[in-house]
Amino acid sequence: MRYTRFIVLALGMLLGTFTPVMADDLLPYIPEAQERFSETQGCVEETQDMRVNHMDYILHQRDETMHKGIRDKQHSLVECINCHVSDAPDAPRVSSEKHFCNSCHTYAAVSIDCFQCHADRPVETGSHLHSLSPTALSHRIKPAGEADTLTPENLQVLVSGGQQ
Amino acid sequence: MSSDSNIDLYRRRFLSGTATAAAGMAVVPGVMLHEIAQAKPAGDAVSSDVRWGMLIDSNKCAEGCNDCVQACNDEHGLRGFDRPATDAQWIRKVKLKDKQTGHTQTLPLLCQHCEKPPCVDVCPTGASFKREDGIVLVDKHICIGCRYCMMACPYKARSFIHETLQDQMPHAPRGKGTVESCTFCVHRVDDGRTPACVEACSAENHNAMIFGDLNDPYSEISTQLKQHNTRQIRADLALNTGVRYRGI
Repeated sequence: MRYTRFIVLALGMLLGTFTPVMADDLLPYIPEAQERFSETQGCVEETQDMRVNHMDYILHQRDETMHKGIRDKQHSLVECINCHVSDAPDAPRVSSEKHFCNSCHTYAAVSIDCFQCHADRPVETGSHLHSLSPTALSHRIKPAGEADTLTPENLQVLVSGGQQ
Repeated sequence: MSSDSNIDLYRRRFLSGTATAAAGMAVVPGVMLHEIAQAKPAGDAVSSDVRWGMLIDSNKCAEGCNDCVQACNDEHGLRGFDRPATDAQWIRKVKLKDKQTGHTQTLPLLCQHCEKPPCVDVCPTGASFKREDGIVLVDKHICIGCRYCMMACPYKARSFIHETLQDQMPHAPRGKGTVESCTFCVHRVDDGRTPACVEACSAENHNAMIFGDLNDPYSEISTQLKQHNTRQIRADLALNTGVRYRGI
């Protein structure tokens, strides 16, 4: 088989020319986010930082929210999903490689269990909003800043303790 | 003392003073002054200055009405699997009957958010915990599903998830192999709203449930608790429950 070495070499060169194209195909397709965090910044932290450290941000926020009730939106998992996943009925779910989280995690071969419990897509919860139920009692309806909207009449009532 | 802190002090005095004068009175319909003073910015941690509680008037609780239970199920995406023995149940209607007189009454039973919760005492991992503001929760990230807390709870308030779940609500993550129970709708409370069950009860004009801050002497719940005779269920256990009942 005096030509074997030549054939192997030729095949190798042939495959070599195609290799970059195949690698491109293997890279994950990452869906676009819905909006930018600010004019200068795409995500809630620098994109490179998010690629490396997003799990730490989410884990930190997880404990802060669960135990201390801190509900900043910047590193909230729900807000990640709201921005990065479409709420269209036919939008890819987390089981699909087209889902924002799973697209990369499949590529990196890192399995996540967040979505065994957490919602993997935005859910409209507006129907449960308090304001839609005018008769409902509330312990705390308006934020402190709106205390300024007292009318003179109401203020009079308050100061006089209801005695006209 | 800087002028800024003076302003704060004056504001506080004004608010507490007027709240005294007008305890429980509405500023505009539905807005209570003492409630305005309590708003918590999203980035702040909860504090023990507040203790959330609930007062349930079983005289106003209509027999056959299931609105609180339905509202809870809708709010948290609780769906049954046709297995009543194990289906998740955060709030349930209980019917009481006096065997001698035949008099019946109903009341909703939910996690009582005890000051000294037995579920927290027995939890081997620290998953079962009480927040600073008195709300008892399960951190499902830490829960191993041992169910000791379910055995310890005198109110049978907790459920275990036996099935793989899908389509959970974003504000109520739930998953197989963990224990769960009423959260006092903690996501709503942190947002300045009332629990879904209370809202549903008021929407039907039954007004059998009041939610509020037990530490605030001028909150509606504190005023009602001061005025009326109320009871804790299994008060003999000295758990100091956050949920109180009238008319039982």
